[in-house]
Amino acid sequence: MKIAFSTSGENLDAPLDGRFGRASKFILYDLEKEYFEVIDNQQNLNAAQGAGIQAAEAVVRAGANGIVTGHCGPNAYRALCAAGVAIYNCEAPTVAAALTAFRAGVLLPMESADVEGHWV
Amino acid sequence: MILAVASGKGGTGKTTVSVNLAQVFGARVQLLDCDVEEPNSHLFLKGTLRESEIAAIRVPEVDESLCNACGLCSKFCQYHAIALLGATPLVFQELCHGCGGCEKICPRGAISEKERRIGVVETVEADNVTLIQGRLDVGVAMAPPLIRAVKSRLLGGVSAILDAPPGTSCPVIATIRGSDLVVLVTEPTPFGLHDLKLAVDMVKELGITFGVVVNRVGIGDDRVHRFCGERKIPVLLEIPDDRRIAEAYSRGELVIDALPEYRSRFSTLLWNIKELRGKKSGANHVRS
Repeated sequence: MKIAFSTSGENLDAPLDGRFGRASKFILYDLEKEYFEVIDNQQNLNAAQGAGIQAAEAVVRAGANGIVTGHCGPNAYRALCAAGVAIYNCEAPTVAAALTAFRAGVLLPMESADVEGHWV
Repeated sequence: MILAVASGKGGTGKTTVSVNLAQVFGARVQLLDCDVEEPNSHLFLKGTLRESEIAAIRVPEVDESLCNACGLCSKFCQYHAIALLGATPLVFQELCHGCGGCEKICPRGAISEKERRIGVVETVEADNVTLIQGRLDVGVAMAPPLIRAVKSRLLGGVSAILDAPPGTSCPVIATIRGSDLVVLVTEPTPFGLHDLKLAVDMVKELGITFGVVVNRVGIGDDRVHRFCGERKIPVLLEIPDDRRIAEAYSRGELVIDALPEYRSRFSTLLWNIKELRGKKSGANHVRS
């Protein structure tokens, strides 16, 4: 199982980015093999619209089964649901702390988007 | 003649210039309010609503039984309005610009189009002015298709004044593209100058003849005038900073009616515009 964490850095000590679509990177952590890779999301930082959808496509393409992030807008939520990927809301300061929380089973899958779209 | 009234900065007086110019036009004229997110020209023209038509764009609909999830539609759409994340593409209607590309690119004919309402186009008759205005629905962020719908009502052979939205982005381009001449309304302040420069670059890029109206002369400084002088940009009209103009505006009155002494200035503006149109070259000040 692979979990994508929104972040601004490239290692587990990096901060967990509260934004999904406009996070600059994702750390895709493989829970079985205990390693991670970094997915670049820079193209979305300045996207006029559709950043959440494009980010969803990127993490799904990379094989993520779940997303851990701060907040998720309506379009990204709908896109990730269609792909069967669960989204976990997390306030942890770092990717490592978020990973620990995920492993402990304290994160619950979101049942709806928790923020408005940014472009309206 | 199709004349567009634009500005970089908002609140410089586009509508004031547009509605007063329409009223001194002398002949039948069409006034198009292309500021479809907040049309306000109608406030200054007392007329009757002749028709109201629904404007729509065409958005995709996917027939799941025909789709094989090839993903070509998703790759094609630069607005991410159609995305392949599961077994079939998801459509995000509110992001769709209605270009129809996904329907054309689908090799299996799985995509058809259906109409999505974005607003209304209203036609108001007020004496010699035919006002055509777009009114974007609340929550819709898709002004250019509605602006094009407003412009599609233009009757050939009758002059038109296009009241543009502020700024230099897509809705403004959609408005001024195809016009014969652009009037850029500004004010003599640092903000006015900054945004005027952006607007000048935009109009030059489109290759349209243009001139400037400086509104609220007396505030700020002389940098807008110096800029126009250096660039040989014709100043077509100056409107002084007169509180009574703002008061008339706030009551929904035309300046030329409330303050008849200004009528000749708008007639001069019209004259200068026609001369600039005739000349189509970069003369400096024309009779201001």
